[in-house]
Amino acid sequence: MAKAVPKAVPKAVVELQGCTRAYGSVRAVEALDLAVLEGEFLSLLGPSGCGKTTTLNLIAGFVEPTAGRILIDGEDVTGRPAHLRGLGVVFQSYALFPHLSVFENVAFGLRERRVSSAEIHRKVVEALALVRLEGRERQRSVELSGGMQQRVALARALVYRPRVLLLDEPLAALDRKLREEMRDELRAIQQAVGITTVFVTHDQTEALGLSDRIAVMSHGRIEQLGAPRAIYERPATRFVADFIGASTVLHGIACGGDRVALGGGATVHVVAGRALRAGEEVDLAIRPERVRLAAGPGDNVVEARVEGLVYQGAQTEVTARMGDGQRVLVFVVEPAPMPLASGQTVHLLLPADAFMVLTSAGAPE
Amino acid sequence: MMLRLAVLALVAFMTLPTVVVIAVSFNPTAILSFPPAGFSWRWYVNVLTYPQFQRAALNSLVVTGGAVALALPIGTLAALALERGRLRAPNLWAGLLLSPLVVPGVAAGLGFLILAAAAGLLRSRVVLIVAHVALVLPFVVRSVWVSVRNLDPTLERAAASLGAPPWRTFFRVTLPLLRPGLFAALLFAVVVSANEFVVSLFISNRVTEILPVAMFTYVVNYTDPTIAALSSLFILATFLLVWLADRYLGLGRVFLQH
Repeated sequence: MAKAVPKAVPKAVVELQGCTRAYGSVRAVEALDLAVLEGEFLSLLGPSGCGKTTTLNLIAGFVEPTAGRILIDGEDVTGRPAHLRGLGVVFQSYALFPHLSVFENVAFGLRERRVSSAEIHRKVVEALALVRLEGRERQRSVELSGGMQQRVALARALVYRPRVLLLDEPLAALDRKLREEMRDELRAIQQAVGITTVFVTHDQTEALGLSDRIAVMSHGRIEQLGAPRAIYERPATRFVADFIGASTVLHGIACGGDRVALGGGATVHVVAGRALRAGEEVDLAIRPERVRLAAGPGDNVVEARVEGLVYQGAQTEVTARMGDGQRVLVFVVEPAPMPLASGQTVHLLLPADAFMVLTSAGAPE
Repeated sequence: MMLRLAVLALVAFMTLPTVVVIAVSFNPTAILSFPPAGFSWRWYVNVLTYPQFQRAALNSLVVTGGAVALALPIGTLAALALERGRLRAPNLWAGLLLSPLVVPGVAAGLGFLILAAAAGLLRSRVVLIVAHVALVLPFVVRSVWVSVRNLDPTLERAAASLGAPPWRTFFRVTLPLLRPGLFAALLFAVVVSANEFVVSLFISNRVTEILPVAMFTYVVNYTDPTIAALSSLFILATFLLVWLADRYLGLGRVFLQH
């Protein structure tokens, strides 16, 4: 029996249910559950080999899951070949057809859909205008610059209004400046068209800037799924805390109230958001930009020895080691409040509200 | 300077036989002597009016046309299978497909002769076509294979994502991208088939013989420059074919890629 779904709950357009993809004994994706919601921009973020591209290929129909189901609009499409899924894909290598003009590249999907030639012409011109490539119809795709080729690829994938847009590291092959331009443009186009989008990337800045939600992946599993701010401010695991924004993860033991002993005699107060059991082992993550230099001992201040200094202009990246051997990364905004040198002992203020208590404790470093 | 002389000598050595044949073809007297004693078109007239040459030219057209028309699709599919087919012993298959290159013509000819006799096809051009398919296949497979290797599989995925079923992807993307290799294959196949002599000699008779065989038969019986004139026409035709291919389809690109 179907229950009435309240309007406030967005519909899942793509659903992966327990999807596993194995290559021999290697599992690229393992028992993955994921729902992509109507109109959202969802990023699959992770290092290479984490299974993000395999996940995209599963949705696109380029590879079949060895276990699990894939649903599009509630319909089981597992085993349905790619050409019958009605999705749009943009590839990292652009994958434009070199033997066809820009016009014919964009028209390709429309011709497969038996659209009349007047209609094809109208839609191709419209799509090229959307990606700001008016008047390039007759050119060969190989004559265009990388950025332009990527925009042709985007127009080609959008022109027939696919149900979902899949982007496989579309910005990775562009140089930095162009990449930032394309990133903003991509977001503007996606919002203008209002298309449900899955975006694969290894670049956390791209993912944070573009996404409605991010799925951080590692070893074929989703480590954490949530809004960019939630992922950044409340990482669930050591992996997420480290992959997004290079955090320091400190291992400690709760010792009553809001206090955590870090070892080596240092004890800090922590705003945990939950009650900590005395004796419980906890992992605390802290962003390098939240750690501050203190003038001397005090509340939540630990002593550490400076091990490395990397001057970066706006800030200096300081690596320091506490008495118990745990490493702390600190970004000191320049000009630094005091001269810093390797080997020197400094006092570091770790604000209680800057700690992020990780839910799954990993092995201490 | 020494290097330039060496190159010049090499070029002369390679082109001299051709030059001699062409020069002799214009000789007004009925002997194959060099240098020619004058200038005459009479042997060219003789070539074009000699009935056996006319029949052989038609045979050549049918055999080469038929063999190429069969070998191109077969060789293309073979090349695709070798690269994509996940065959159990790809090297063995490749070796078998390329083996006609290393089998002596006499052996191959004898084999085809025995098979043709067994099949009762000795009086038919079919056996010539079949033999020529086998002889040109290595060239076709080789040429197309290069293009298949250069093919980016992402392009076929892209076509699929845009809604093209596999057979449409093949005709709209794969085949057009194989064009350089297909063209080189066509050229090789035509040249090899049109010039094939040894195997064809075994399996043809006066009625089915192709031009190279007819030319040989002629030389055995007569020694006038008619054969030089026909050879010159052959050289000219091959030259034109290669020149046109290079000019309009960039043969250089075909051979230089990869």
